[in-house]
Amino acid sequence: MPVISIVVELLDKPGQLLNTLEPISKGGGNIISIIHQRDKITPLKRVPVEISFSVEDQKDAMRIIEKIKERGVIVKSYNELRLLATTSVMLIGHIVKTDLSDTINRIDSTGFAEVVDMEMSMPELNRPSTAMITISATRQDKLDEALDILREICKTKNLLLVEPINEEL
Amino acid sequence: MINIAIFGFGAVGKGVAEVLHYKKELIEGFIGKYKVVAITDSKGSLIDEKGLNLMEAIKIKKNKGFSGMKTLEVIEKVDFDVAIEVTPTNVHSGEPGLKHIVKSMDKGANVITSNKGPLVKAFKKLERLAEKKGVSFMYEATVGGAMPIIKLAKNDLAGNEIRVIKGVLNGTCNYILTRMEREKMTYSQVLSEAQELKIAEADPSYDVEGIDSAAKLVILANSIMRMDASFEDVEITGITKITPESFEVAGNKNYTIRLIAEANKEKGFLKVSPRLVPHHHPLAIEGTMNAALIRTDLAGDIVVMGKGAGKYETASAIVSDLIEIYRRD
Repeated sequence: MPVISIVVELLDKPGQLLNTLEPISKGGGNIISIIHQRDKITPLKRVPVEISFSVEDQKDAMRIIEKIKERGVIVKSYNELRLLATTSVMLIGHIVKTDLSDTINRIDSTGFAEVVDMEMSMPELNRPSTAMITISATRQDKLDEALDILREICKTKNLLLVEPINEEL
Repeated sequence: MINIAIFGFGAVGKGVAEVLHYKKELIEGFIGKYKVVAITDSKGSLIDEKGLNLMEAIKIKKNKGFSGMKTLEVIEKVDFDVAIEVTPTNVHSGEPGLKHIVKSMDKGANVITSNKGPLVKAFKKLERLAEKKGVSFMYEATVGGAMPIIKLAKNDLAGNEIRVIKGVLNGTCNYILTRMEREKMTYSQVLSEAQELKIAEADPSYDVEGIDSAAKLVILANSIMRMDASFEDVEITGITKITPESFEVAGNKNYTIRLIAEANKEKGFLKVSPRLVPHHHPLAIEGTMNAALIRTDLAGDIVVMGKGAGKYETASAIVSDLIEIYRRD
């Protein structure tokens, strides 16, 4: 289920927010959060408001945004928050020799997860190298699924996978 | 009068003997009069039903060694109330400790042990036997040395369900990883240093391959998490493949690397593996320390840490078990 984030500019008077929210609920959207960006008030004294909502389908989102615009609300920006769950893992071993781009492709080609960041250290030829890769996915369970795939890859390529302890204290 | 028998007289056995000698007054204040009537090792034994001189026993062991009756014969022939079983661990067979414990319980003696092997091999059997014979079976020293965890869970956290335990349970591995990180040394360099300092064994595989951590994890899973686990259930990865560069790369994201043993009842797995641990996390401890994070249903998260090995640290756990059995309030 895609999550959409829009920023609208509202006049600071009653009824403005409701005017924006109605098309979302009528259009089948589920509102996740509303953040007033009062520190970013525009020269014309409009308050930017960031609204996140989930919809069944990307097309529903476009229809909802059109409805909001029809009501005279300024929609400053919108984008799909596709990747919501992120983790970093470390690979140690012959990462390049075992086809690094294949390793990354197999995550990216899932459609629900992708490698969004990588830092690598290659001390010298023939010695094992180290890579810290950050994977993002559409949801936590999809991230777990991507990690399962990575575990399998590491097993067959004989790479050590160092996973995070997953504990925020 | 409590009659004590000590089986195994290596570093731990001697540590226990020293503590029973030097802290006699304090310990007797808790449990009343006691004496050690038998000490055995793999070569033989010292027996005195009137009570051995423990310092003398250590001298005899050093100078000429023990001879005479072996442990199993001592269990049959000598009268004792509590066995302190501290022979070397074998996680695969559990022997010789397993036989010593079973025979001691069979004759009605309480058992205190630091020996992981018998518990890994036959925890349920030993627990049932202890119950059937009406004896106490104590094993605080098997996990984490001086770090309190088993009695902590059984007594102070009684009423909680323990859902997850994550711990640094092997001081040797933690020492090696700490030194690799700090000094940018390779695994093999730090290992030889650790061997010189006697922190690592000549054959380090038991520690660095994660076997020791896995054995302790199985004991925790069975004893305080009621998971019915066996050694074969643990997915084990050691620390031998960790490179000095891995710490640099991890450090850039504010992580360190530690060998973490995790028993997870919610997800149903047992795993020992190197993990990325945030620098501020309580399990990101240094040197030979042990630590464990215990996740419970009522008390939330509890973290304990302490010295994971050493003869007095292990003796501390054994003596606390002895006091727990016989404490007069």
